[in-house]
Amino acid sequence: MEKIIEIKNLHFRYENGKKEVLKGIDLDIGKGEFIAILGHNGSGKSTLAKHLNAILVPTEGSVTVDGIDTADDSKLFELRQRAGMVFQNPDNQIVSSVVEEDVAFALENLGVPYEEMRKRVDESLKAVNMYDYRLHSPNLLSGGQKQRVAIAGIIAMRPKCIIMDEPTAMLDPQGRREVFSAVRKMNREHGITIVLITHYMDEASRCDRVAVMDKGRIILDDVPSKVFSQVDMLKKIGLDVPQVTELCHGLRKSGIEISEEIISEEECVEALLKLFSEGGK
Amino acid sequence: MLKDITIGQYFPSDSLIHRLDPRFKIVITFIFIVMLFTGRSLVSLGIGAIYTFTAVFVSKIPLKMFVRSIKPLMPFLIITAFINILFANGGDVVFKWRFIKITSDGINVSVFMIIRIILLLMGTSLLTYTTSPITLTDAVERLLSPLKKLKFPVHELAMMMSIALRFIPLLIEETDRIISAQKARGAEIDSGNIVNRARNLIPVLIPLFISAFRRADELATAMECRCYCGGEGRTRLRQLKSAPRDYIALAVTVLFLSVIISVNIIFQ
Repeated sequence: MEKIIEIKNLHFRYENGKKEVLKGIDLDIGKGEFIAILGHNGSGKSTLAKHLNAILVPTEGSVTVDGIDTADDSKLFELRQRAGMVFQNPDNQIVSSVVEEDVAFALENLGVPYEEMRKRVDESLKAVNMYDYRLHSPNLLSGGQKQRVAIAGIIAMRPKCIIMDEPTAMLDPQGRREVFSAVRKMNREHGITIVLITHYMDEASRCDRVAVMDKGRIILDDVPSKVFSQVDMLKKIGLDVPQVTELCHGLRKSGIEISEEIISEEECVEALLKLFSEGGK
Repeated sequence: MLKDITIGQYFPSDSLIHRLDPRFKIVITFIFIVMLFTGRSLVSLGIGAIYTFTAVFVSKIPLKMFVRSIKPLMPFLIITAFINILFANGGDVVFKWRFIKITSDGINVSVFMIIRIILLLMGTSLLTYTTSPITLTDAVERLLSPLKKLKFPVHELAMMMSIALRFIPLLIEETDRIISAQKARGAEIDSGNIVNRARNLIPVLIPLFISAFRRADELATAMECRCYCGGEGRTRLRQLKSAPRDYIALAVTVLFLSVIISVNIIFQ
């Protein structure tokens, strides 16, 4: 697969900071991938995210996004256009008091001509299903809606990659579902690479790939079913596993033969029904 | 209580006033302020009131929105009115008790002043109710753009203004939340004398400031991530084009101003 993000031996410490926050990270992300980066508070996952669009630059090692070295100051805006960033708190990233003007903010900064801008703003708002709210004030929207507006503001730049730093952490379950499905749609229909920083297991389990971070290192990197089968290891570093995985893990421990790679409720129901019918025989 | 402050909020709609060019709206608002302050008689103030209420009616914004924006300022209005009543001299003495002397002039002046301030608040609120902050910013930026030649930071000023407007409702909400949180911890916010009350505000203001700084930091990062680098080379989604209706509105306003000035001259 063609790579879009290449991280080589990335070390990072804050200026004057004694502690290294990132301790040698190697990670390649392919074009069109949907990867979740999972980790406990302080595992360095947000710091890693900030390296992907040059909010922070490596102390050692290198980060390359779509062929651009993040340490290259002269291509900063080009980089940020290609790798958009969505933050945790939707209120603190919305600049304008009208939805469509906020979506246009990045385009205005880039000096996109009016006709093109109008077209892209409308497209982006339709893509996240917020077109009907284009003239509303963000203050009157729900958290999930605000976050979708923020996402529209990023996709208006037509990035190849979107980095999301816990975009659903401040939302209610309804908002979380809305945002997650909008993000998945971006990935499936528009082929945008998604890097989703999260601590929600159920979200991570629905991505293509999961990288687990602990104390500044990546300790697991695989498809969700393989990652979540490491129940004991995940618990050791203070992470939960999806309920379904936990159930299957418990069943296996008590001697029932059930696959290690179950991560969705449907799969689990199916496997359990199968077990019951076999047991009935 | 704090939710009642609506100054600086935009109410999206599609009235004639909403559609006016914001540059014209700002100029018109200035003429409107001049108009209110040149009016010296109740007749001229009445003309100003007709102007204000017509504009409010055309804007389709419910009158109660204006009442709500005036209400929190009512105590100040009443206090200034009282001071005016007590200290303005001249005219017939209506009421006298020891050193307190109320004259017909005093009553006139204070009634006059209250009406004038209420009209002023309504007119200026109308500007922010019908114009989105970024449009307003755009207009200010364009009206002031000649100053750029004098190295005056026009764009930066306009950006600060629009961000401040965007965050006013958020910070008000936050203040409400902090007040509730501190009350839940046993803080007495609404009681005691003035000195105590002021002191009681400290546990509200400190968290508010800290959170405002945190917001500012996050917003700055988010803006940089969206390639913000000042006013140089920016384009605009909101295009400002003046239409005949803008010139008509301006002409009507100037007409009102000249009527008021002539009323002043006639009734001198």
